[in-house]
Amino acid sequence: MSSLLEAQALNAFYGDFQALYEVELSINEGDVVAIVGANGAGKTTLLRSIAGLLKNDAHSIRFNGTPIGHYRADKVAKLGIALVPEGRQLFPSLSVEENLKLGATVGRKGHWSLHSVFELFPILKERRAVASTQLSGGQQQMVAIGRALMSNPDLIMFDEISLGLAPVIINSIYEQLPQVINQGTTAVIIEQDITRALSSASRVYCLQEGRVKLSGRTDELTRQQITQAYFGVAA
Amino acid sequence: MTEWLNAIVQGVLLGGLYALFAAGLSLIFGVMRLVNIAHGDLIVLAAYMALTTVMVMGVHPLLALLVVIPLMSIVGYILQRLLLNQTLGNDILPPLLVTFGLSVILQNMLLEAYTADPQKLNGGAIETASVSAGNLSIGILPLLTFVIAVLVIVCLQWIFYNTALGRQFRAVSDNQDIAQLMGLNKGHVFGLALALSLAVCGIAGVLLGMRTSFDPSIGSGRLIFAFEAVIIGGLGSLWGTLAGGIVLGVAQTVGGKINPGWQLLAGHIVFLLVLAVRPRGFFPRVEH
Ligand SMILES: Nc1ncnc2c1ncn2[C@@H]1O[C@H](COP(=O)(O)OP(=O)(O)OP(=O)(O)O)[C@@H](O)[C@H]1O
Ligand SMILES: [Mg+2]
Repeated sequence: MSSLLEAQALNAFYGDFQALYEVELSINEGDVVAIVGANGAGKTTLLRSIAGLLKNDAHSIRFNGTPIGHYRADKVAKLGIALVPEGRQLFPSLSVEENLKLGATVGRKGHWSLHSVFELFPILKERRAVASTQLSGGQQQMVAIGRALMSNPDLIMFDEISLGLAPVIINSIYEQLPQVINQGTTAVIIEQDITRALSSASRVYCLQEGRVKLSGRTDELTRQQITQAYFGVAA
Repeated sequence: MTEWLNAIVQGVLLGGLYALFAAGLSLIFGVMRLVNIAHGDLIVLAAYMALTTVMVMGVHPLLALLVVIPLMSIVGYILQRLLLNQTLGNDILPPLLVTFGLSVILQNMLLEAYTADPQKLNGGAIETASVSAGNLSIGILPLLTFVIAVLVIVCLQWIFYNTALGRQFRAVSDNQDIAQLMGLNKGHVFGLALALSLAVCGIAGVLLGMRTSFDPSIGSGRLIFAFEAVIIGGLGSLWGTLAGGIVLGVAQTVGGKINPGWQLLAGHIVFLLVLAVRPRGFFPRVEH
């Protein structure tokens, strides 16, 4: 099977600082891929590169075979790649419903609409008119996820959905994840919690200082291998 | 007593014109943090556009709005996409310098095309007509200007808070990167914002040209009034901009009543007083 998204020799920079080195990545349709790594390993940078917030060489990222490394973020979004950014990043001047509607800007058709997002997260329907700043952290995360779904993406990427949330909330969000992904969507999740990453993903990539240290099917890798790649030392 | 009341009423109505000067300035600052030094000259450009339309087509200046508004919007969109978008970034200096340059260029172009002779848009009977309320006599043109200003503010407010376009304006204003992630092309959204801003300049220019005579050099003075109205009202608030325009207008007419030489000075002093007492204006937009 040819892959949906592919990164080849991906190098990413912030000015003179190189954050990613020759990253190779391949994601098949329907996969759930987990990306793990210590703080500063380059996980967010990788997703920002794919999403078009960082410019790269055209051929370093391909989506359905098309080189998109040089695309602007709005063009990438129109192709069907959505990012739930680190720290949620809702629009403070927009209400819950407006945040969600903005996610539909690209106008891609599919399962997700205001109606189906409200069905997935009923609490958001109740709070639709409220400013997004007035929601709890967990509810904000639901808006961030819903907003990304509204574009009916083929590939959805979650950057640390659990960051700063209570364990109960994290559990409930992860319980919803299969519903999200079952709509024919491929997913990438960044998750600090290795156990959770392994249990929800089919493939895993370990980043360390901007390089892929280890990758493979989650059922073929041992926890110890991952921990070692994660910390860069024998644990 | 009536004289003072009259001065205040005239000031309020004049405030409508200032709110029109200011609304477009406030709008683009809100959407893209762009301070447009050429704003006043663009208002003057609109007045000249109307002048030419009136001469060529032989229509009333108010009808010329049908030409001026779309034309100014197109100028705005193109200006933003081709020039101003290149200047926007983390540094606020480049857009200031470029719009300052634009201001100089516009003045010189107008000078070449129309000379320095003062011009006026001839509104006919509407300029002298008035209605009386009690002892007051209120000019139809100032009244019409004020009503239009209120309508423009209502319209802009509606666009901002009830339409998809307004949602996009607020989203890029909040966070350009994330807005871009949602599929918005910020360059295009900024273009639409300047188009809307210059549409309002078009209205302001025509009403200005009917009220007083104008020449290519008066843009910077209008820019100052617009700035003062925006700051008095509070950055980012459209209704505040109207309030700011009214405060400025009343200060000027009342000051002018005390001593004709004090008209502009009184406006500047009230502006400074407001700045000293309420540095963020009367109705600042709530920070998130
Ligand atoms: N805007 C930026 N400018 C300069 N350097 C940056 C910027 N953002 C990230 N970096 C650097 O790039 C490297 C990778 O950062 P990145 O945010 O991708 O890591 P991460 O794996 O997502 O970390 P975390 O787990 O803390 O979110 C780090 O060394 C970081 O300091
Ligand atoms: Mg990160």
